[in-house]
Amino acid sequence: MTAVATSIRVRATPPVQYVLRIADTCLIHAQRLAEWCGHGPVLEEDIALTNMALDLVGQARALLTHAGRLEGQGFDEDQLAFLRDERQVFNLTLVEQPMRRSSAHAPGGDFADTVLRNFLLSTWLNGLWTRLMASSDADLAAIAGKAVKESRYHRQHAGDWVVRLGDGTEESAARLRAALERAWPYTHEMFKRDAVDTAAEAAGLGPARDALHADWQREVAAVFGDAGLDLPADTPFMSTGTLGRHSEHMGFILAEMQSLQRQHPGGHW
Amino acid sequence: MSTAAAAASRIDAAWATLDAVPDPEVPVLSVRDLGIVREVLEHHDGRLEVVLTPTYSGCPATEVIAGSVREALVAAGLGPVTMTHRLAPAWTTDWISAEGRAKLLAYGIAPPSGIAALAAGNTVRIRPPGVACPRCGSGDTERLSAFGSTACKALHRCLACREPFEHFKPI
Repeated sequence: MTAVATSIRVRATPPVQYVLRIADTCLIHAQRLAEWCGHGPVLEEDIALTNMALDLVGQARALLTHAGRLEGQGFDEDQLAFLRDERQVFNLTLVEQPMRRSSAHAPGGDFADTVLRNFLLSTWLNGLWTRLMASSDADLAAIAGKAVKESRYHRQHAGDWVVRLGDGTEESAARLRAALERAWPYTHEMFKRDAVDTAAEAAGLGPARDALHADWQREVAAVFGDAGLDLPADTPFMSTGTLGRHSEHMGFILAEMQSLQRQHPGGHW
Repeated sequence: MSTAAAAASRIDAAWATLDAVPDPEVPVLSVRDLGIVREVLEHHDGRLEVVLTPTYSGCPATEVIAGSVREALVAAGLGPVTMTHRLAPAWTTDWISAEGRAKLLAYGIAPPSGIAALAAGNTVRIRPPGVACPRCGSGDTERLSAFGSTACKALHRCLACREPFEHFKPI
């Protein structure tokens, strides 16, 4: 008989949820980028996307380990990654959206979606890591001090591609604009302050999300200028992944990531 | 021999041993050249503590390196050894030794330039300044991709001798 690992239930206090939001955003974004492994449009890009995924997994591992310490029930990085149910995973909804054209659950994906999302995300993460280096939590500050260096290269690489597609052919520019229209409604959530942010800000743990907006918008607009893209108008849509309420795609990606550990509890290599 | 002298010689021996432990992904460099061994300490309980810092958060070599460092020190009769993982201050390519840079160049990898220039201009689309071709020495080169065969290297091409090469990214 096969054992099946039961879900863990974390006590998502504000600081735990604050750290898990960042950890989960890195983890799920890494998983999506890694879907390109062996499928990149050119070899160099295949390697670049998986290299960035590897950095993000490393960042997620450090953050999950730290979240486990803050949470206090002794959960390690693997338990937190593989044994939480969907409602206890707190990533930005943007990163769980299907990415690759031919992935099983992604009928509409395009390489332009990957480029654009990675640019919006890495610019956001770079701003977040920069501020987290001043965190009152020394472990979090140390993780950020390392990650900020990596995110600079991610942002730079993604920015290069945004310009390359936007300033490329009519076809590439049109596809990038379409990707921007798809991604933009999800960017609201990147800057939505809630009680978790306010508590983190008050404790000096890290910035509230709305504090990241001005720098992000300035940096994104500068690259969009080179790429011939305009910042889209805001939309009323508000996604809620950071609250544990996800889009229809989340169950599939979690199943893919968790099934092995669920079927072989404690398995490792 | 006094205790202090014995301790010093054990630590010196440990550093000398670390000179011969290669980085698994860039084997021309030793872990000492790479600057990832931050400290070697001898404790009263007879334990040697080696403090390592990772290069990149997701570097798959990190665990391999810790294992080979421990094995080498134990094999040299310097055990028992414990390993400590230290994140802050974050590793920088500025810690790669002068000898390490020379080895990289001789191996065909352009060594990293200083990170000061990168940190100063925190613009979105940074470019490492003046990467010279490790084969012909020309400065007329272009970058093909910020990511190469490992996270720590970028892909470049020399426009003078037309050869591709890797650049150890300043970080």
